[in-house]
Amino acid sequence: MSDTEFEGIVASPWSGGASPFAINSKKLGMWLFIISDSLTFSALLISYAYVRLETPNWPRPFEIWPAIAKSSLMTFVLLSSSLTMVLGVNAAFNGDRKKTVRYLIATIICGIAFVGIHATEWVTLVGEGVTPWSNPFNPAAPLFGGTFFGLTGLHMLHVTIGVVYLAIIAWGFGKGKYTAEHVEVSGLYWHFVDLVWMFIFPMVYLLSVNPK
Amino acid sequence: MSAQGHTAELTHEHAVGTTKLFATVWVWLLLLTIVEVFLAYLRLEVHLMITILVGLSLIKAALIISYFMHMRFERLGLFLLLIPAMVFCICMMLIMFFPDSVRLMHLRPH
Repeated sequence: MSDTEFEGIVASPWSGGASPFAINSKKLGMWLFIISDSLTFSALLISYAYVRLETPNWPRPFEIWPAIAKSSLMTFVLLSSSLTMVLGVNAAFNGDRKKTVRYLIATIICGIAFVGIHATEWVTLVGEGVTPWSNPFNPAAPLFGGTFFGLTGLHMLHVTIGVVYLAIIAWGFGKGKYTAEHVEVSGLYWHFVDLVWMFIFPMVYLLSVNPK
Repeated sequence: MSAQGHTAELTHEHAVGTTKLFATVWVWLLLLTIVEVFLAYLRLEVHLMITILVGLSLIKAALIISYFMHMRFERLGLFLLLIPAMVFCICMMLIMFFPDSVRLMHLRPH
């Protein structure tokens, strides 16, 4: 068998070739993780939507100012961090290590800002007397606190893990330990966290704006 | 020829998309978010509201997956491996929830 014939077989996606999707194993692994994680969030969001729509007088404590303004700012911060992340991945593939690390640090700062603003939001609600099993707005809807803290808490955990992950990648990539693929795979995770917030923000905040 | 050289050729190890493209996607995502916040300001009826919001969020998710997560630049095979399976699983969850929630809606006295 000649060399070119062999290459043709390997390159075919259906012949059990070396790389049927033309991506490295790290990236495929991250994609599979993202799909399974998206199902976790889907289950939480669907069950939340169910109790939200089926509970009469679901609490609607979020004022346009400051809660909605704050959460919109958080959305803006997270979207911008996705932009710096994708530009960082591009810089990594172009071989510009310094620029990549700078973009990654910008992404990390946005992530920390997001968690910080979100923490003040939590403190406000806890100060108003919301707990995972009760709330002062409507005692007949005890799931308000549970769904709010459950959904946003799991997402915040993902952002926190993402910040640590990106910090390790930025440090290793700056030292030349990691390749551009590592940056791209960490980028996939970060964009997924951003994507999940695109569902949590409207479903949790915008559906519970104070009607007054 | 080396095995490494071959892999490098198969996995495209170069930058995809330009800064301008990603900035455009970012602007679109921001615009859709502004529309969502504006809808919250109008205080629509909750069933209409959740339908519009989930619709807009799905568009945003598609933009993020295709451009930021590079799905548009991958082989079709990867998309077919991942996305239909995810959509199928989410539909299975909805099948469990929707008939029950519609039934409860009709049971409740108005």
